[in-house]
Amino acid sequence: MSDESTLPAATVEAPAADAPPKPEQAAKPEKAAKAAKAFEGDLGSEDDWDNPLRDPGDRRLPLIAGPSGLVIFGVTGDLSRKKLMPAVYDLANRGLLPPGFSLVGFARRDWEDEDFAQIVHDSVRDHARTEFREEVWQQLAEGMRFIPGDFDDDAAFEQLRAAVEELDASRGTSGNYAFYLSVPPKFFPKVVQQLKKHGLANAPEGSWRRGVIEKPFGHNLKSARELNRVLHDVFDPEQVFRIDHYLGKETVQNILALRFANQMYEPVWNRSYVDHVQITMAEDIGIGGRAGYYDGIGSARDVIQNHLLQLMALTAMEEPIAFDAESLLTEKLKVLKSVKLPEDLGEHTVRGQYAAGWQGGEQVSGYLEEDGIDPQSSTDTYAAVKLEVDNRRWAGVPFYLRTGKRLGRRVTEIAVVFQRAPHSPFDSTATEELGANAIVIRVQPDEGMTVRFGSKVPGTSMEIRDVTMDFAYGESFTESSPEAYERLILDVLLGDANLFPRHQEVEESWKILDPIEEYWGTHGRPAQYASGSWGPEEADEMLARDGRSWRRP
Amino acid sequence: MKIDLTDTTASKINKALVKGRRAIGTPAVGMVLTMVIVTDEENAYDSIKAAEDASHEHPARTLVVIKRHARSPRDRTKSHLDAEVRVGADAGTGETVILRTYGEVSDHADSVVLPLLLPDAPVVVWWPVNAPEVPAKDPLGSLAQRRITDMYAVEQPLVALEARVRSYAPGDTDLAWTRLTPWRSMLAAALDQARTKIISAAVESEAENPSAELLARWLGARLDVKVDRVVTAGPVVTAVRLGTDKGEIVIDRPEGPLATLTLPGQPSRTLALKVRPTSELIAEELRRLDADEMYAVALRGGGTKETPRHV
Repeated sequence: MSDESTLPAATVEAPAADAPPKPEQAAKPEKAAKAAKAFEGDLGSEDDWDNPLRDPGDRRLPLIAGPSGLVIFGVTGDLSRKKLMPAVYDLANRGLLPPGFSLVGFARRDWEDEDFAQIVHDSVRDHARTEFREEVWQQLAEGMRFIPGDFDDDAAFEQLRAAVEELDASRGTSGNYAFYLSVPPKFFPKVVQQLKKHGLANAPEGSWRRGVIEKPFGHNLKSARELNRVLHDVFDPEQVFRIDHYLGKETVQNILALRFANQMYEPVWNRSYVDHVQITMAEDIGIGGRAGYYDGIGSARDVIQNHLLQLMALTAMEEPIAFDAESLLTEKLKVLKSVKLPEDLGEHTVRGQYAAGWQGGEQVSGYLEEDGIDPQSSTDTYAAVKLEVDNRRWAGVPFYLRTGKRLGRRVTEIAVVFQRAPHSPFDSTATEELGANAIVIRVQPDEGMTVRFGSKVPGTSMEIRDVTMDFAYGESFTESSPEAYERLILDVLLGDANLFPRHQEVEESWKILDPIEEYWGTHGRPAQYASGSWGPEEADEMLARDGRSWRRP
Repeated sequence: MKIDLTDTTASKINKALVKGRRAIGTPAVGMVLTMVIVTDEENAYDSIKAAEDASHEHPARTLVVIKRHARSPRDRTKSHLDAEVRVGADAGTGETVILRTYGEVSDHADSVVLPLLLPDAPVVVWWPVNAPEVPAKDPLGSLAQRRITDMYAVEQPLVALEARVRSYAPGDTDLAWTRLTPWRSMLAAALDQARTKIISAAVESEAENPSAELLARWLGARLDVKVDRVVTAGPVVTAVRLGTDKGEIVIDRPEGPLATLTLPGQPSRTLALKVRPTSELIAEELRRLDADEMYAVALRGGGTKETPRHV
């Protein structure tokens, strides 16, 4: 992607007098060759063995994960049943898993391998994206093992090690294992230490062991650092994969394609043309049964720290020199490090809690009335913050980030709102209905992109109003694009870290959020907003102060 | 929505397309390519169905060209064009136009197709059954970036294969080759695991199977070994054996979708290797529209180990 244009991002404001460099077709196969090399390097070859059946020009052959297995801790959990196991099946069904791929479940249940296979079978049948095929299932089922036990239980981990060794011998997994910690974060240290103690985290010569964790990555900078210390004590920092499932979504990956593979957006993607950026992640549900996890954490820590700051980094970053993990990390880190908090946090941040109300035709209770929530709780279920990116490209352009539960509808989007035209030859009545131009990237649901601009209303008088041009994913490309987890699990097995936030990014994100949380901790209480609305009035006031308003997503 | 037009022209068909789109309320065009299917009445139904299924992944305007033969000699001299325009739910996620040509216009089908191509979008031509001798030189074929033939669907597959070898031009591809992708990717994965030099190879299949022939040629070219061909009762390709110093690598699919993979020094394990329906093959074809260099290598077989850049 990035090799199509060698213009440095800093030149975007220069007049386009010099012709853009011709895209170099030849560069692509080289890239693929590099990827194939990296992939083979993964298998830990001592010699330079090249597979004669692979060729960078042969682009029909999918990149199949090398011989490997996946060990899931907390395999009975919701995430595992609804997302992970169906994703593994979908990968197998698309022929992207290696023959002999093995799946090991670890949980505190008194199950045999067959019981486990049955649970996987049911969850695959209910939740998989692709059709259920007996032969694919059979291929998978042969490699399923279940280890019953507690995380304290040394015997269970010994059993796990024996299972892994047995699979290496019987299925040819070659010692390559990813350990997926689908467990509450308080168990992370315990589990990884057990892995270390029983020699499971040490990759035998020429193979790999990877740790996969889900958010939350700590609840502030200090705890995040502590978590990273614990993980890196056991796994190499490069071998820790932090899942942010938003980054596995097609539209999010498309932000990079949109910005860096095209010529027409990048020239206006800066402070000379952009007025402000709004990044929204709204949910229509409440906290459901997650009271224990949610109370004391709140929406800012739960969503802004990871998802929204990642989306913001991808929207604001400069062009990476290559599409690889290292270059992406460099650019994203630069953005996160140049984020400037507003001086008056009280004026430019808002937190709220949903109150009882009607949401989508259903009467729902307020946050403080939910089961298991302290009626005095000051946890935020809505958070909006104004951030600035202090660099040449974005100086003076505010980024408004908001998230909340029980809002109008479920939507995640990035809206880049442009300045108004500096001069209009039309009289003011003609442009009365004209708003600001905008490019909206819809992350979910209904993935796609909208461009909003003014157009003449048909008729004899000159009247201009807003119209939208729409690009829907479901329409122009695959009917159902692969689930984020499919992509991410495959990337873990391939060792491709492009779509995973690194520990430096996690720590930088906490540095942005910690001062805001501290301020909230000592000033006032969350504002109440009616369920089903678009957040508290204070949030509208916050934008009104800057002479702007929230988009209704 | 369906609009029937008799004795019509391309511009009337274009008007009908716009009218149909307006009527179903989606004036925007989100289609990514034009697919031209050249077929006879007998194979039209199945091909259209496959194209419509594939259109869920690649929304396309599908133009189906059917040459009709009038019964009476007098009608045969009369040239005319009938069209059936389908938009909305009747046409997958895109639009379908079925063109029936009678008489002289049959020899100038490209003049009907050209004005109906989507602006700026790639064109793919697919001959589900009888392809022209030189697809790239065919009037319709020359409009396309990608030309899809199917050697499996002809009377004498191996004769067709030789014709394809002689006439290959970048952009040509064949469904007999597409069908091999799962086999090839599993063989490559098996070799990733075995990491050893291959000293012999054999492909087992039913007689006269063009896919098996292509697979053997591809293996020969890539592995630099002589590939034995073994005839079995089928169905299609039943096994591939690769000999190494330490023993044989075998993928064996005697029947049904379940195959077994055997690697030297390891217990055998099962693999899902399904024979895919045409719609999936077409969807795979449409994923990449540049020249398939590896297909050229497979057509030529041994001798050329390097990927030819220009043919």
